[in-house]
Amino acid sequence: MNFDKELDAKGLNCPLPILRAKKALAEMTSGQVLRIMATDPGSVKDFAAFAKQTGNELLSTAEKGKEYEFFIKRK
Amino acid sequence: MNMPTDQAALDALIRQRLDEILPQKLEELKAAKTPSMTIIATKGTLDWAYPPFILASTAAALGWNVSIFFTFYGLNLLKKDISDLKVSPLGNPGMPMKMPFGPGWFKGINWNIPNLIQAGIPGFESMATMLMKQTIKNNGVADIPELRSLSIEAGVNMIGCQMTVDLFGFTRDDFIPEVKEYCGAATFLPMAQQADVSLYM
Repeated sequence: MNFDKELDAKGLNCPLPILRAKKALAEMTSGQVLRIMATDPGSVKDFAAFAKQTGNELLSTAEKGKEYEFFIKRK
Repeated sequence: MNMPTDQAALDALIRQRLDEILPQKLEELKAAKTPSMTIIATKGTLDWAYPPFILASTAAALGWNVSIFFTFYGLNLLKKDISDLKVSPLGNPGMPMKMPFGPGWFKGINWNIPNLIQAGIPGFESMATMLMKQTIKNNGVADIPELRSLSIEAGVNMIGCQMTVDLFGFTRDDFIPEVKEYCGAATFLPMAQQADVSLYM
């Protein structure tokens, strides 16, 4: 999937991946896509809830071994 | 005289229309409202510094309006230097005492140290604090100064309890300049009344 910005949140724990993602999205423009890599297992549910609350679209969630990959489209 | 019948028919019609329109209208109003949260932070130890700052920074990231009212020992969390917050396992049976280094089997041991010994060893609290800070680091959990600045950056309102400032002999100069206001219960309660979520920690 194409993306405009990447966030490495590997090794970070709750709530840092969400806070960093929020910051990254704020620096992007509407319609751009952010790719996030994380290792926190809690981030799967957290990013879904974050997307639902903020209106940014969670395009996909994938588990790759012990890593999680998210694509979020900025509102 | 058919007036009362007309009136009853009109009332029935209004009731019916209200039932149809109101739920949707309420949903719309709810969706348009920015959620808000108020937190009362009352503890000043390293472990208890986490809940208010984690929830406040996360809520702010979700777009909520957040205020934290720091009172009693919670006021410690507004001091300029909070790198020296401590945690004590003494008298806290809920706190596991595990080593953040060494092989897996060693890290898994829960060191059940009797209170009497904990209280008698000089520097035990500092050691426990050091171990917890290392555990926090190993697990990729943010440290408290970082979480506090992230909260401030995200627009969380920091409010100090004026009564506690006076009671504990602090001056406003002891605290970070980002503290928005110093006030009392009468100012905080109406804020909490308006909030969707209000938590005491």
